[in-house]
Amino acid sequence: MTDTTLTPPSGKTSAPTPNKITSILELDPLTKKRNAAEARFKLYGIIAIGIGLFFLVALLWAILSNGLGAFSQTFVKVDVPLNQQQIDDAEKSVVKTSKYRAIIDDAFAKELAGANITTEMSAKDLQKLFSSGAAATVRDYALANPDKVGTTVTFELIASSRVDGYLKGRVKREDLAEDKNLDAAHLDLVDQMKSAGLLEKRFNWSFITGTDASDSRPEQAGIGASMIGSLFMMLVVLFLSLPIGVAASIYLEEFAPQNKFTDLIEVNISNLAAVPSIVFGILGLAVFIQFMHLPQSAPLVGGLVLTLMTLPTIIISTRASLKAVPPSIRDAALGIGASKMQSIFHHVLPLAMPGILTGTIIGLAQALGETAPLLLIGMVGFIASNFPDGVAAGFFSPNSAMPAQIYEWAKRADPAFYERAWGGIIVLLVFLMTMNIIAIILRRRFERRW
Amino acid sequence: MNEMPNFEQAKTMTESKISANKVQVYYGDTHAIKDVDIEIQPRSVTAFIGPSGCGKSTFLRTLNRMNDTIDICRVEGSIKIDGENIYDPKVDPVQLRAKVGMVFQKPNPFPKSIYDNIAYGPRIHGLSRSKAELDEIVASSLQKAGLWEEVKNRLDEPGTGMSGGQQQRLCIARAIAVSPEVILMDEPCSALDPIATAKVEELIDELRENFTIVIVTHSMQQAARVSQRTAFFHLGVLVEEGLTEDIFTNPKDKRTQDYITGRFG
Repeated sequence: MTDTTLTPPSGKTSAPTPNKITSILELDPLTKKRNAAEARFKLYGIIAIGIGLFFLVALLWAILSNGLGAFSQTFVKVDVPLNQQQIDDAEKSVVKTSKYRAIIDDAFAKELAGANITTEMSAKDLQKLFSSGAAATVRDYALANPDKVGTTVTFELIASSRVDGYLKGRVKREDLAEDKNLDAAHLDLVDQMKSAGLLEKRFNWSFITGTDASDSRPEQAGIGASMIGSLFMMLVVLFLSLPIGVAASIYLEEFAPQNKFTDLIEVNISNLAAVPSIVFGILGLAVFIQFMHLPQSAPLVGGLVLTLMTLPTIIISTRASLKAVPPSIRDAALGIGASKMQSIFHHVLPLAMPGILTGTIIGLAQALGETAPLLLIGMVGFIASNFPDGVAAGFFSPNSAMPAQIYEWAKRADPAFYERAWGGIIVLLVFLMTMNIIAIILRRRFERRW
Repeated sequence: MNEMPNFEQAKTMTESKISANKVQVYYGDTHAIKDVDIEIQPRSVTAFIGPSGCGKSTFLRTLNRMNDTIDICRVEGSIKIDGENIYDPKVDPVQLRAKVGMVFQKPNPFPKSIYDNIAYGPRIHGLSRSKAELDEIVASSLQKAGLWEEVKNRLDEPGTGMSGGQQQRLCIARAIAVSPEVILMDEPCSALDPIATAKVEELIDELRENFTIVIVTHSMQQAARVSQRTAFFHLGVLVEEGLTEDIFTNPKDKRTQDYITGRFG
């Protein structure tokens, strides 16, 4: 300390020089500018998030408003007398369901009469109210329950997609001009039947559990068979990509020497993650189907292709979570005489597990939603027979996958299939959301601090 | 705590536990340790001191071949423990490390229970035949590390939940549990407060009855307090090694003198 600091300012107090900050209560221009920049940046951020949220809401609204309809279906209640004579006749004919249709026609005419509804339409026209699958419903029931033959059974027969669409508001009277399948008289009848309680709209389980249906009967199409296809594929992906991916990551991260060759492998793995999925599809076509002669359209091949796609994702996330385990844990294990493998499997791997599982689930979710490679290996099989009698029974039988099925429906002309496509997207999104939630829960539960 | 290092014992000790001869360590092209010769006495504490980057930690890690985990690290010369060269190709470093335990700078308990932290070593080395024997090893290791009274009622709590000093003593207990002959400590107190440091130092002093201890420390006071012999490293060279008393009161080398009087480092 020198005595100069103790000297009081000489004379009168010196006026503050203008370029010096005199009071912190006043903002100088630079601070003002910086604050404004910060406020602007925050605003940009809020705008960006707002735009994102707007699109998310718009997307969800579009999906739900278009797709929820697929989950309900209109049914017509008809009391059908099952007569042994008629059934025997029908079974003898070549096209068996056409005779059953006649049985339904009679029963439906009685039903209308019972509800005091009169119509001038012919039986053939009235058939248009029903799905062409209705006759099969009656036949299957009669054959499965021979003891009920001779009695009258109340069936809920599936209505045609036009009737269904009319009740859902999708088909309007002004559309009828372009529609040869239905006319105004049908719709009048539907209105009457509705007020008489002959029509019922209820939750449509067969959309979730059912199979695809031909172009002429969208009301019967369901996503169930392709769900099984996706399930088989995911099993293949999980059981191949998890062990291969984790083993590769552990080797690369913990054992591999650091040289040009491993650098090359690392770069290639990162690049593979960015390769367009259609490339994997054509690779799968060339290698698995044309070279190895694995069956086309099989979930096994689909799973193999998606495994190739998922591996880079799993390897990258596994390596990241192995890297995140502090080296001190490895040192600690090595320091008391654990071998390298013991230190990895007893200490490092359990700590990296939440990250590995999260990466795996995210990879699986990606694979679940992948469509392009499936188109190339023919995973768009038309499976219309019901599980478990159907062909969609295993890893080698032809099948479809959920996104491929959605794509197929979206391609078809009938607007009822369009509704199915949106409904399929809802099912797919529910699966994806469930998987992501599981990933989040796993991460939370196994998160450990060190 | 030992103003009078065990002078007589140290002096009469003729057979050394560890004997290093012309040890060179290279990290790639960097020559990190040059021509180090040292004899480390059994059942005593040897301190390595020196400024940062002088190679004392590197040299410590050559003693249980922890340097093997670094790809570019290369060791030449011979280091013998009880007359056996630990860099002999026949030696498995894993087996060596069970004999030469290590305690690290930052306490690094496994994120497991206190019990499992101690029991892990004995388990992988097959040191116990029954649960009762394992319990016995855990208890005695914690007792030797002076931690038993503090943790005996909460052995199933995570080791990471303890205070830093307790964690470090847990790590020492974990090292003891595999009954090593030598314990290497790499700045074991640098992350601890003075009270925890005092406890660890006290523990080190007790442990020298049963173990050969080599400790790297930045604190010259600590070296003076806990060790019987001190080695001073500078720029990868072992400048001077001798009884702790002599090093601090009567250093022979100018560099040692400069360092302990605080002229550099």
